[in-house]
Amino acid sequence: MSLFDKFQPLIDIRAELEQAGVMPFGAVTEKILSPTEAIVDGQRVILAGTNNYLGLTFEPECLEAAQRALAEQGTGTTGSRMANGTFAGHLALEQELAAFFGKQHCIVFSTGYAATMGLASTLAGPGDVIVLDADSHASLYDGVRLSGAEIVRFRHNDAADLDKRLRRLGERSANTLIIVEGIYSMLGDQAPLADIVEVKKRRGGLLLVDEAHSLGMLGEHGRGVAEAAGVEDEVDFIVGTFSKSLGAIGGYCVSDHAELEAIRFAIRSYIFTASPSPSVIASTRVALRLMQERPQLRRRLWDNAQRLYDGLKSLGFKVSPQVSPVVAVTIEDRDWAIACWSRLLQRGAYVNLVMPPASPTTDSLLRCSVSAAHTPAQIDRILEAFASLGAGDKQAVK
Amino acid sequence: MPDYDEFLERTFKILKPFTKPGVMLNKDSELVTELGLTSLQVMELIEQLEDHFDMSIPLNILPDIRTVHDLATQLDKLER
Repeated sequence: MSLFDKFQPLIDIRAELEQAGVMPFGAVTEKILSPTEAIVDGQRVILAGTNNYLGLTFEPECLEAAQRALAEQGTGTTGSRMANGTFAGHLALEQELAAFFGKQHCIVFSTGYAATMGLASTLAGPGDVIVLDADSHASLYDGVRLSGAEIVRFRHNDAADLDKRLRRLGERSANTLIIVEGIYSMLGDQAPLADIVEVKKRRGGLLLVDEAHSLGMLGEHGRGVAEAAGVEDEVDFIVGTFSKSLGAIGGYCVSDHAELEAIRFAIRSYIFTASPSPSVIASTRVALRLMQERPQLRRRLWDNAQRLYDGLKSLGFKVSPQVSPVVAVTIEDRDWAIACWSRLLQRGAYVNLVMPPASPTTDSLLRCSVSAAHTPAQIDRILEAFASLGAGDKQAVK
Repeated sequence: MPDYDEFLERTFKILKPFTKPGVMLNKDSELVTELGLTSLQVMELIEQLEDHFDMSIPLNILPDIRTVHDLATQLDKLER
């Protein structure tokens, strides 16, 4: 037995892909041309797998703020938030996020992963219980495993199953941390948050919602699924990221629980890492403001999502259960999915290839994410690339 | 309250459709290395046991489970 034995399945898949001349998990963006176009692996493509939902990555105001911060404050903070790494900009962003969500407290993290993993690993501990949606993101699973708490999964998006799990816990349910996401990253489906909140009210516990893929997309003000469902007051902790709709990198948690200010000093992913660079904080602050000033971005995003979803459906592809900025095409056969991914790239569309165990079932996914910056013509070009696959005809690609 | 034997029997029943022809199912059968269950299939097995016995099985017990016997033993412990 060698330390490397457990990696054999990965080594085999990598060798197989290399032999086929396809590297879907290491595609290189050689030149980024705009929020929606790039040269990837030598092909000029429309980007349909970037999570750049509002298309703000090249927004002049964001670029200008970032460049100014870079010149004035340097390339990095070189330290933890708890030591020398809290600059005025970090505090200002925390206040602006708290105000945007209408919450009293906010913590800014260096990445979205650090935010979700940090909260999930810290809020509950040995002797407590965490009940989480089965399709939760890896950062949440990593966090709960570190927590030392008892971990129970409930069936994806099934509030009745959550209720059953909390019932079985009896009195312990009052001290349980419930974890769900707003929009799920792989299939783009939304949590039935009003139903989940009903269960929480009946059985007790605290509720954490990861709005990584729903910030800026749902609700009248873009605050996410909790706003859209009208249950923001019942959500104890909202976590999210700057690396999707806000076009940068970083993460946050907002809450009305005053304890959050002390809890921040117990979160290891907050303490033992350097804080976000000043330029990242500067562009994020502008993007947060622009997101609020430009509700038309949200409308354009959903128009694009609808256009892609309807188009893929009419081409005969098996798409996600509901329209969302994440549109996933399910492909049962793994080799066929790899071939499709490669053909899409050649035909000018970059999407994400997702294979088990990253996909929620044994199927593979061609995961598309749309942007407000896509034009209808670009969405049509993505559809043309998909049409070239022939939905039911494997031989067309092989 | 179900006991070790009941957990064992139900696990055999659930595993039967997953078992490849020619593979003998017994309490020492290893779920992943011998029966070839994927991580998704292990979770499906857990969900079916949870439904049948109206219990929640914490993920924390999974690292201690290699064989059918290990699973039945852990479930028996949970119910005590």
